[in-house]
Order: sequence, then C-alpha cells, then structure tokens
Amino acid sequence: MTGRRRLAGAGTVVRRRLLVAVPVLAATSMGMFALGAASPIDPAQQYAGAAAFTTSEENLAQIRANWGVDDPLPVQYARWVGNLLRGDLGWSTSRHEPVTSVLASRAGWTLLLVGTALALVLVASVLLGTLAAYRRGGWFDRALRAVAYAVQSMPVFWIGLAAIAVFALSLGWLPAGGLTDITATSTDPADVARHLVLPVTVLAISQAPWFVLFVRDAVAESLRDDHVLAARARGLPGRVVLFGHALRTALLPFLTLVGTHLPELVGGAVLVETVFSLPGLGAVTVEAALGADFPLLAATTLATAVVVLTANLLTDLAYAAADPRVRLDD
Amino acid sequence: MAIRPKPVRVAAVLAAALLVVAGCSSPTASTGGPGNSGTLVVATAGEPDTLNPVLNYGVDGASLIFDGLVARDARNDLVPALARELPTVSADGKTVTAKLREGVLFHDGSPLTAQDVVFTYQAVLDPAVDSTLRSDLDMLASVAAPDPATVVFTLKYAYAPFLQRLALGIVPAKAFAGQDINKATFNRKPVGTGPYRFTSWTPGDRLVLAANETYWDGKPANSGVVVAFVADDNVRAQRMRAGEFDAAELAPKLASGFESRDGYRVHKVPTADYRGVMLPMGNPVTGDPAIRKALNVAVDRQAMVTGVLGGAGEPAFGPVPPTSEYAEPTIAGKPGADVAAATAELDAAGWKPGPDGIRVKDGRQAAFTILYPATDSLRKELALAVTADAKKVGITVTPEGLTWDAITPRMKRDALIMGYGTPYDPDFVSYKLFSSAFAGQGFFNPGSYRSAVTDAALQAGRDNADPAARKAAYATFQKQLAADVPWVFLTYLQHTYVLKDAVTGVTPRVEPHEHDVANSIWWNVHTWTKES
Repeated sequence: MTGRRRLAGAGTVVRRRLLVAVPVLAATSMGMFALGAASPIDPAQQYAGAAAFTTSEENLAQIRANWGVDDPLPVQYARWVGNLLRGDLGWSTSRHEPVTSVLASRAGWTLLLVGTALALVLVASVLLGTLAAYRRGGWFDRALRAVAYAVQSMPVFWIGLAAIAVFALSLGWLPAGGLTDITATSTDPADVARHLVLPVTVLAISQAPWFVLFVRDAVAESLRDDHVLAARARGLPGRVVLFGHALRTALLPFLTLVGTHLPELVGGAVLVETVFSLPGLGAVTVEAALGADFPLLAATTLATAVVVLTANLLTDLAYAAADPRVRLDD
Repeated sequence: MAIRPKPVRVAAVLAAALLVVAGCSSPTASTGGPGNSGTLVVATAGEPDTLNPVLNYGVDGASLIFDGLVARDARNDLVPALARELPTVSADGKTVTAKLREGVLFHDGSPLTAQDVVFTYQAVLDPAVDSTLRSDLDMLASVAAPDPATVVFTLKYAYAPFLQRLALGIVPAKAFAGQDINKATFNRKPVGTGPYRFTSWTPGDRLVLAANETYWDGKPANSGVVVAFVADDNVRAQRMRAGEFDAAELAPKLASGFESRDGYRVHKVPTADYRGVMLPMGNPVTGDPAIRKALNVAVDRQAMVTGVLGGAGEPAFGPVPPTSEYAEPTIAGKPGADVAAATAELDAAGWKPGPDGIRVKDGRQAAFTILYPATDSLRKELALAVTADAKKVGITVTPEGLTWDAITPRMKRDALIMGYGTPYDPDFVSYKLFSSAFAGQGFFNPGSYRSAVTDAALQAGRDNADPAARKAAYATFQKQLAADVPWVFLTYLQHTYVLKDAVTGVTPRVEPHEHDVANSIWWNVHTWTKES
C-alpha cells in the first residue's frame, strides 16, 4: 500500500486547518457573547431560583455587580478572552464552580458515551449494511430495513425508557440508571461499564438506522460498479469482492456522513444522559443556556466546535488514505 | 431484535476498554449493592447548587450536614440545637442573645465557637458574597461574640419571628480563611456539625453522606445516606420500581402506582406550598373588586384537588396554611364552585351578560389573560381549570404560557399563577407579597395591591412579640385579604413520597415550597432504620 505517500501533504493541511480554526473559534465565541447580550434572562434571578421571590432587587444588583455581568459587552468579552489565554475558562454561575472543573468532571463521561456508541454504530452498521446489500431483497435485507425504519421513528427518550422497562425492570439484567451502583463508594470500571451498557446501546440503536441504510445503499450501488464487476469476472471469491472492492468504494462517502452526523449524535447523548441519570455535559449545557451562564456555554460551544473541526480534519485525512484520487498536497 | 445480544456484549467490552484507556479508573471497588451496611438511599429531583448554607443551602434547617442555632421538631416548633436553649430576646426586641452548647465539634474535629456563628451571619450580610439570604436578614444590623460561648445579634428594628431565622446552618470560620466565599472549595466539600459528614458529591448523580459518630444529639441510627439526583419524574419512578431507592419524591400520579405494590408505601405530606391567581390592580377588569370576588367563589377548588393534583392537595383560601396556629378558620369558603353567588356578585356590580355570553360593563368585556410559566405543567392545568370555571359565570380568561423573562414585564397588567409559601411564620413571605410598600417591586407585590388595614396588620405581626397580639394581627390580615381578594388562592399541594415498607422511623412534617436534600420527608433521616 502507498498510504505513506498519500498522506505526504498532511502536515501542511493540519497547519492550514489550524490557521482557519482560530478565526472560526473567535467568531463562535463572539457570537455566544452577542447572543448573551440579546438574552432577556437575568442570570442573578436564575441563580436565586425559588428564592427570587423573596430576594430584593438591591440584593440581586449586588450579585450582578460581583459577577460583572452588567458591564458592556466588549469589556466582558475582553475579560473572558484574557482569562482564556491564561488558561482560565471563567466561573460558571449556574454550577457554582470553575468552568474547567465542570468540564473536567463531566466531559469525560459524555465523550465516553458518544465515543463508544459511535464505535458500536460504525462497526454494526458496516457489518449489517454490507450483509444486507450482498443479498439485496433477501429476508435479512427486508427485515433489517423494516427494523431500521421502525427504530428511526422512535424517539430516543422512548427507546431509553422501554430498554429500562425490559432489561432493568422485567429481566433485571442491567441497572436502570446512574453511573455506578447507588451505594458504591468509587467509580469501579467494571461497575461503570455495566451501567453504560444500556445507555450506549440505546444511543447506538437510535443513531444506527441512518448509517445502516446508507451503507446498505452505497454497497448495493457499488456492487454494480465496473471495477466490482471486473473483479467478479476475474473469478475472485465473493467475500473478497464484497469487502475488498464494493465496501471500500462505498466507505468513502460514509466517512463524510460520519463527520456531519456527529452533532446529531451529541444531541442524542443529551437525551440519553437524562433518561439514564448520567452526569455528563448534556444537562449542564441546557441549564447553562436557561441560566444565561455564558462562561460555561461559551466553553461547551467552543469544545464542540473544536471536536467538529477535528472530526472534519480526520475525515479528510482518512479520505485521502482511502482514495488514491484525493491528494492533500495540492 | 435478534441483533441485540451482540451489540450489548460489544458495548460492554468497548466501554471497559475505553475506560481503561481514558484512565478514569480508580483503585477501590464498590461496596456492593443497595441494602447492605445500613445505608439509606433517597431520591429527589432538586439538586442544590452549592452545599454552603451562606449561599442558600438548607437555610431553614434540616440540611443533614449542618445545624443551626435552633432547629425545628416534627411540629415545626423551634427547639435549641447549637444554642444551649432558645435564644433570649431583650425587652425592646432589638437584642437577641444565644448561649452555645458546649463540646460541639465540627466534622474535622475542631470545636464550634461563637466566632463561627458570627462569621456565618457576617458572610451573609457581606455585599461581596453572592447570597440571596441577605434579603431575609434585612433586620440584622450586626452580630458579635462577647465570649467564645455567647453570640449577640443586634437588630435594626424589633422583628418578632427573628428566632425563626436562626435555623441557618453554621459553617466553620477557619475553613474560609483567605478564600473568596463565593468560590471556596468548601461549597462543594462542606464541613458542618450535623448528623452526617460529607463524603462525596457527583453533581447530576449523587451526594454521599456518612453518619457522624460523634454527633452531639446522639449518633445516627443508620450508617449513612445517599441522595440520588434524578431530575426526570418517570425515570425516578422506574428506578424506584427497580428497588434502587429506599425513599423517593414522586409526582402524585406516579406515586399512586405504588399504593398497590407490595413492599412500598406512599406518604402524602401536607405543605404550606400554595398556588393561586394573582390579580393585578392595574388591569381594568381584574382591578374591579366584583370580578375578583366573583372569581373567588366561581372556582371549583375541590375539582382542582381531585383532577389536577390527583387528590394530593387541599383547597386554599389564604396564604396561611390550615396547619399553622395562625390560620384563621372563618375565611374558608366552599370547596366547590358557587356559580349562583358569583353570578349575583357580577349582576349587582353591573356586569351584564352580552350577546355572546361574555359579561360587559360600560362597554368593556369581562376578559383578561392569566399567565403561567410554560414549563410548569401543574400551573398550566390550574390556569386551564380557572379558565373553564370563569367561563361558566361569563368571564373570558385567556391562559398564556411564557418563560419568566417574558412574564416579568407583564405582571403589572396581567394575572399570573403564582406559588410559594412557608410553614414557619406568617410574616416570612406574606409581608413582601401583600404590603403596599412593596407594590410593583418585582415578584414581591406585582399586582400593586394596597390596603391600609393589611399594611397595619402585617406590621403589627412583626412588631409584636406577644403571641396573642400576633395571632390577632394575622387574623385581621387574612380576613382583609379574603375581603379584597388580591389573589384567588386555589390549592395547597401535598408532596408525595414513596418509601419502602422496610424503612421505619419516618415522621413527615409540614413542608415548605422548597424541599430537596434539606427539608424533605427525610428531614429526620438520622432516626430512620431499615429492616433487612
């Protein structure tokens, strides 16, 4: 294989992408602050919660002054960027702790959930989609498509509650929620893994139909391509033709699909975290938006932007590795 | 679903593999499933933002981790806690002196001194501290410690229920030395004097507490408490069904599913938590006393309790809960609707039915809008019930669900479903909600209700230390509200909890609006035990 030569221009591409990333991230964060300024929500009132009904305006004004949220927007933004450059992401007003510690304690679980589910979806959809395409119109193909359409129409929330009802309540095989057993004193990996089986599977199943149907169509399509027909004509075994020729061609657009589908996966993760009471980033992001907590919101938005930019870069690199026609160095 | 077994196994392996890669593992093992070691597990929706009493955690006591100078017993009566006996009040009502209990230790082993009490209250008063509690301690001028066992509070004015404000948890001063109280690590790793010491808190998941073996009031009957935070009602119910929790707060309709279930029981706990319609004086329709009085008798409170609350509530006629010693029994009306009385009231005031059935007076239709927070399904259903009842007497109500930031600017002109209430003292919420001095100030008296009689009664209630005089003042207050109807009070809620039958020692008491880790049915969890 000539993968090394194909990735010859990768360094340049990475550098160029990093240069583009800086203005993109700056624009994203500025947009966050502009939205914040336009928001009618008073963060101090959100902070007070139910006590807002007994808290005087003077008291709320003192709290706003302590936070500096009444300062002009450019002043707030400059302060935020200044702190960011010093490695300080600011103070989360909705969580009452530094933004860095919110991210540190929660981002890992969301990444673990999304990452595992994504890996599961990729493996399962490539396998199932290819098999279905190989015997297009057969019983497996028809059953798979029927199931995929059915799952596609089910809300994630519903799948989650149904999975709890079956596997946690009726069968008692798996826990209904939480990250560890409720009386556990530490995060034991085996315990966490057992607790993540249902959420990961539910997230994967809810996201799978898209991928499965796409792989099936793409492989079925490429099975009729000239080079595949040629491979068949040469008398290569069916398995080699299917996985070596047809699937490889079909995988290229699939890589792009994975990149664009990432935000949807994160959206599904928010709901899954709610159903299974997982302490991930989903719930706090919603809370931050409702509580006008811009330091936290800006941080999660930036983190998401970084992940998406990285995913796009990796997709392009993978594309170059997989397709001899794509060159990075031009 | 033939494909399921494989992905499950793959996911388990992948999850375990990723965990190891991500380095999230920590060396110790779990202590086994629920039911072992006498640890109780309770579940609630409301998670505190902080565990520091200065920043509003468990300010009314029962916070499990902290003690106040005073505490409340099963009848919500004040009893001494960190104070040796109930603090004494000077004749002019402006000096309150507390003597501290001897030999009380914080969880870190350091002794409690008067300086800690002074620090706690001074922190609340400090404008640099983000405490909303400052508004409740308006009357407090200063606090001092003449000796290590004595605390003296000096008030700006006599405030009869001041001792009720002393249930606030006391924090150790030295834990904050050289730190910004707003950002101190203490807020997430607290140290108190209470029946439970802090072990760990995973926000969004659980708070783990261990019994304080050296608690001054006797060591807890169990070895610890885990508070699970599960925001979604349905999820909480399912996990309760799976047997994970010993006690959980659930919405009435979900809780009733457990009544017939073996091994569980349901507690309906009375509260001071009311819901009502605030009728603004600035609206020409709701500003008319006849409309307000007609509406007050036209609403079917009993139907709301049965239909909207699933039986977990009782009709409300005023802001002082029927369980309070200050409740005035004569203001209670009929629990059902009295359409005849409402019609008579409207007819007499000149609101005549128009051609479309809607009443009209001086060319103005009897129509107004009731706002409610859109995410609160209970308030929405109450708004719809009021709309239906009003229609029967010829008043058109338009219910409108909005977010709070959209509601706030409209409160002076449009009616609003509001709710609050505390069982501790009638002064607490009502003084700001119904005094003319607070008319039009944010949430305090948004409808700008003004009555000299009400003002005088509320003032007398806080000025007079004499219980009989206070009782008379609040009787006047409640009667005046019933006559003026600035609000149509609808219902008091009951908080519903599901408990395992194996749990004993539970003593529900009247609860306030706010209840989460602190002040729920597990207020005395240190006396609970679980049979195994």
